[in-house]
Amino acid sequence: MSAKQPELESLVARKYRHGFVTDIASDTVAPGLDEDVIRLISGKKNEPAFMLDWRLKAFRRWSRMEVPTWAHVHYRPIDFQAISYYSAPRQRTDGPKSLAEVDPKLLETYDKLGIPLHERARLAGVAVDAVFDSVSVATTFKEKLAEAGVIFCPFSEAVQKHPELIERYLGTVVPIGDNFYAALNSAVFTDGSFVYVPKGVRCPMELSTYFRINASKTGQFERTLIIAEDGAYVSYLEGCTAPMRDENQLHAAVVELIALDDAEIKYSTVQNWYPGDENGVGGIYNFVTKRGDCRGRNSKISWTQVETGSAITWKYPSCILRGDGSSGAFHSVALANHRQQADTGTKMIHMGRNTTSTIISKGISAGHGQNAYRGLVKVLPGADGARNHTQCDSLLMGPHCGAHTFPYIEVKNPTAVVEHEATTSKISDDQLFYCLQRGISAEDAVNMIVNGFCRQVFRELPMEFAVEAQNLLAVSLEGAVG
Amino acid sequence: MRGARSSILEVNDLRVRAGERLILDGLSLAVRAGEVHAIMGPNGSGKSTLTGVLAGRPGFEVLSGSATYLGRDLFAMAPEERAREGLFLAFQYPVEIPGVNNVYLLKASLNALRRHRGEPELDAFEFLNLVRGKLAEMRMDERLLNRGVNEGFSGGEKKRNEILQMSLLQPTLSLLDETDSGLDIDALKVVADGVNKLRSPDRAIVLVTHYQRLLDHVVPDRVHVLAGGKIVRSGGRELALELERRGYDWLREGTAAA
Repeated sequence: MSAKQPELESLVARKYRHGFVTDIASDTVAPGLDEDVIRLISGKKNEPAFMLDWRLKAFRRWSRMEVPTWAHVHYRPIDFQAISYYSAPRQRTDGPKSLAEVDPKLLETYDKLGIPLHERARLAGVAVDAVFDSVSVATTFKEKLAEAGVIFCPFSEAVQKHPELIERYLGTVVPIGDNFYAALNSAVFTDGSFVYVPKGVRCPMELSTYFRINASKTGQFERTLIIAEDGAYVSYLEGCTAPMRDENQLHAAVVELIALDDAEIKYSTVQNWYPGDENGVGGIYNFVTKRGDCRGRNSKISWTQVETGSAITWKYPSCILRGDGSSGAFHSVALANHRQQADTGTKMIHMGRNTTSTIISKGISAGHGQNAYRGLVKVLPGADGARNHTQCDSLLMGPHCGAHTFPYIEVKNPTAVVEHEATTSKISDDQLFYCLQRGISAEDAVNMIVNGFCRQVFRELPMEFAVEAQNLLAVSLEGAVG
Repeated sequence: MRGARSSILEVNDLRVRAGERLILDGLSLAVRAGEVHAIMGPNGSGKSTLTGVLAGRPGFEVLSGSATYLGRDLFAMAPEERAREGLFLAFQYPVEIPGVNNVYLLKASLNALRRHRGEPELDAFEFLNLVRGKLAEMRMDERLLNRGVNEGFSGGEKKRNEILQMSLLQPTLSLLDETDSGLDIDALKVVADGVNKLRSPDRAIVLVTHYQRLLDHVVPDRVHVLAGGKIVRSGGRELALELERRGYDWLREGTAAA
């Protein structure tokens, strides 16, 4: 007889909408990793000798490294010999010359994901590079970008056409031995996106890469390198989805950003890898190294991420504030629902004088999700006048989830000002009842409250994707009401 | 007196408990269209439980009795359905929802009700025009629209915000749970104005209050005294004045004797 108010917990049940598999013939190498596999990958991509040497060096480093265990996540050890390190949709050996030659099944896949690659249906004002398993299948608006002098192409194409840029910049932000997963990526990465914005150019449109894992028993190891020369500006967004599978799949990407004098790079991520089911079966292990180097004076790098997917997320998009007056920002929304585990945050390394950094982290935990913020703010002795502001908020939904905060602050310069604020809140039954009493459905109420909590981050996203991010969060928290 | 008017709310012999505690113990109340009722009573007599259970607040168990709202079994309706059917609760402690724009909540609420009635939703422009007019009536600062819902509002601002919502939603039955407590005299007048503007032959209002002073500004048709979980005395507005003078104890003794 008592009035029914839907349980918060039932509101956070999740449906994953991108869980389909594309039935397409793939060229997949047998599982396992040794130097021969690396030679094979490099050979398939027809790489210059310096790339193969670099990969082999990375592989030898990786072979001597230990899997990191310090993150606040729990999973069974990964068998790195059971993974296939290369899978590509089978196509003409020389690759498609235009979209007309791309397998229609691939185009259909991206259509289903809401990423139209056709000429007629393209996202207005956004250039897209589509990476399917290990290779890039299409890049839109290349010609228009080329007119502005911007290079936006698959990484493997950049290795062929601009080897001097690759050789000069690759691995200069994330060195091959940086960490276990970065070393693995350096050895086996297969594709990714390359962006080069020359001096004084403001990239005329948003750039976007859409990563899709399709094949089973494969890992995705992409490499992204973005260079903004003096006074250049670029805004880049990546999106990620994968089919629903019972196995765990590894995604170990490396992203390097380089901003020279007065340059600005905005890097946004909407990550929606398959998170596994409500019992924690399946899902992507998302072990990613992302780092930006504010190499020039007054350069700016900002990371904005909306992380709703993956069984395990382990990523710390960071900024090295090397140039005097440079600034770094990290805006993050991370959702851990059901059995998802997220250990994410950032590192801000202040080296130059008058460098500033801003960290805004919003962690949402629901179900049995565990969400950890891990951040390092480091001010080196030469960084006079460094400033950091960190705000770290956690929202808990239901009694079984967890929020954890691991802030590290190392200050070696007495003029530095470092601020850290943290809050933890819950969606209370009172808030929910208040909304219901105003006629708003429980689902809408939860979405409204969660979106309110994330507002500071969403407004950092490019307009086209802010709406997508809100919808994604709504879907991720969707469930049967009452 | 208003017997010809249609029934808005009919509560019959209601017994409600929260946890192990019996709070309402045989409460009956009939509210007809056009009426304003005041419910008074000492602390802990069950006043907030009554408004809570009528609005569908979780945490109460209805043991027996009934509540009929516009001819329907109120307890068979979900809380949001009651709201969409025109039942409004002005909260004693309005809830803060950080980060959610006040204006966003107001618009979502009004449009939820309009959708339910099969009316077109208001767009941002139409809504803003409407809400600006109401704000002026409430003498509320327009900036409160773009702050988080009740976030950092003073006690008076929170209560005015409740009345603002009430005047936007134009409810059929308004339950005001001690909306007057903690208000200075200016805010009290604003609240009273809001209630008086809402009075109409097809609406009803139930004011839960500790003090007679609100009733100087909103003249009730009926005054009830709630004590020990039931209504122990009902009368006209003169009853409120008598309570002000004599307190509640004489009524409690009366119950014990009966």
